[in-house]
Amino acid sequence: MKAFSKMTGRVAPLDRANVDTDQIIPKQFLKSIKRTGFGDNLFDAWRFLDEGSMEKSPNERQINFNFVLNQERYQGTSILLTRSNFGCGSSREHAVWALLEYGFECVIAPSFADIFYNNCFKNGLLPIVLEEKYIEEMFTEMKRIESLGDGQVYSLMVDLPGQCVTKPDGSPISFEIKPDNKTTMLEGLDEIGTTLRMQPAIKAFEKRHKAAQPWLFS
Amino acid sequence: MSKVLSNKTLYDKIWDAHLVGQHDSGHSVLYIDRHLLHEVTSPQAFEGLVQAGRRPWRLECNIATPDHNVPTVDRQSGLQGIEDPISKLQVVTLDDNCKTFGIEQFDINDIRQGIVHVVGPEQGLTLPGMTVVCGDSHTSTHGAFGALAQGIGTSEVEHVLATQCLVQSKSKNMRIFIDGQLGKGVYAKDLIMAVIRQTGTAGGTGCTIEFCGSAIEALSMEARMTVCNMAIEAGARAGLIAVDEVTLNYVKNRPYAPKGEQWNQAVSYWQSLVSDPGASFDQEITLNASELEPQVSWGTSPELVMGISEKIPEPGDFSSPDKQELAAHSLAYMGLSAGQSISEVSLDRVFIGSCTNARIEDLRVAAEVVKGQQTSKQIKQALIVPGSGLVRQQAEAEGLHEIFKAAGFEWRDPGCSMCLAMNDDRLLPKERSVSTSNRNFEGRQGHLGRTHLVSPAMAAASALTGKITDPRKYL
Repeated sequence: MKAFSKMTGRVAPLDRANVDTDQIIPKQFLKSIKRTGFGDNLFDAWRFLDEGSMEKSPNERQINFNFVLNQERYQGTSILLTRSNFGCGSSREHAVWALLEYGFECVIAPSFADIFYNNCFKNGLLPIVLEEKYIEEMFTEMKRIESLGDGQVYSLMVDLPGQCVTKPDGSPISFEIKPDNKTTMLEGLDEIGTTLRMQPAIKAFEKRHKAAQPWLFS
Repeated sequence: MSKVLSNKTLYDKIWDAHLVGQHDSGHSVLYIDRHLLHEVTSPQAFEGLVQAGRRPWRLECNIATPDHNVPTVDRQSGLQGIEDPISKLQVVTLDDNCKTFGIEQFDINDIRQGIVHVVGPEQGLTLPGMTVVCGDSHTSTHGAFGALAQGIGTSEVEHVLATQCLVQSKSKNMRIFIDGQLGKGVYAKDLIMAVIRQTGTAGGTGCTIEFCGSAIEALSMEARMTVCNMAIEAGARAGLIAVDEVTLNYVKNRPYAPKGEQWNQAVSYWQSLVSDPGASFDQEITLNASELEPQVSWGTSPELVMGISEKIPEPGDFSSPDKQELAAHSLAYMGLSAGQSISEVSLDRVFIGSCTNARIEDLRVAAEVVKGQQTSKQIKQALIVPGSGLVRQQAEAEGLHEIFKAAGFEWRDPGCSMCLAMNDDRLLPKERSVSTSNRNFEGRQGHLGRTHLVSPAMAAASALTGKITDPRKYL
């Protein structure tokens, strides 16, 4: 997995709570047996007016120009700012793959659903939880900057080691992250490799487990 | 010396009994007893194994069946019956991976094939006290057996295949205590929908939920599975119900359940799988089942639920801006107006199936409602999709299929079907369904489709009238 340390990126605002993984990547794209190819269909039912399928190429699609990610100013953004309970619903890791492949490296929200949050750390997509008031501030500041119409962009600096997000005016907001998740991201750990190094402990556990619950081993 | 009293929750007990150790990062390493696989979330995991030159750690813990992407017609044609080449490749890939690695599979031709969360319990592959995982969020279903059952992502599927372990942090303990007695025509589905209305879809985030109280104890295993199935819709990765006689009676004599002396040994351990009286919970919620009427969802989130006699709320009825916006979005997407009575709403399709409600009991209730009657002319399609080949066989032995067919329902082959519409069973844009499944998200049952989540009884009654209908008149 790719390690994550610091990044600076432009922000796209997705002003909606409870964005479920069915919206992030709809079911028809889960027919793929590959880990790649999902970026073109991120938020498919919102980005396009016609119904998408695995056979259709993005060039043949009817673009929904009202959807935020289709607006000119949000092209090339790498941070997604959104509302509470992002990633609820299905466990599909394809949702994380689609966000990464589209170009997002970080998602900032007041809260995330458990399985999605966990899947992020397996792939190097950083989910940052910030208090509602900071999220609100950022949405407001983005709107203000955009209304100036002078091409100014809203960028954030994300510093995982320092657990800090720095806003365009230089003001820092610190964030909480569990030390175990932080380490996994910073080191881009191969979790399977790490667990396999515990082979003796797993074998010893199996021996104890078999003695305690032999029916699980017969 | 006096014995130290234990004050562990059921979740604490199962967690402690499976703790292998810790990574340096601080994450816990939990041993996994049962890994269920299906065609959609496993191909990339197997590919990862191959690329790293790894083998499954303990083959016999794994069992696979195709469910999400299989057609529900023409099953006798097997793989040849899958018309969509992309879907077919995914099912074939599961076949190939199971053959290559030696993993047992109930394949498309096997009578035991079905929705993975129906099949596991039915076969006795899910046992009390186990840790169970599957690359599907509705794995929470298996918690009905007092098993710690969680949905996992594809990277974790690969991790469990390679190491028989899952790396995670321990959740908090949440208890949902439900007293009272369900009234006639009110079911486990109504109960869990009412719970989610109260908790919201994020209320259980970071928690394992234990459901308890007299209303839960009174439920059959099938009904308990319906409750735990939707724990994930309350935000909890796992739901749990303590082991009792109902659990033991269900598990006994299942094909993969322990037999003879091992059965007795297992039972004496399983009987300890209850929360201790002094156990403390981080969060508690109480509900009275007696007060419930049949429930129906009206929005695009499983928390947007109402009693059948209530009026559709308006956004202003909700307290937070987030919820107000969700309600407003929902009304627009669903084509509904605040203040409307839900029983005025006309339907296009009816779906009875899914890992929530496709077990034999669900089909029996639906058959009782429709027996000797006809689906409304307005209904374009009414599907009955049994949860497994064995559920289908049992229903046919009881003559339920004849009741359904005579009433105008289509009697289908097992699979996930219109719950998520990966196969050809789906809503067309703006079509409206009542569905016994678990999610009413935008587009879940088909692009721009509109879903109302209901119990099998309400789905059946609504099929007869063409409108969302209180099933109590038909029972």
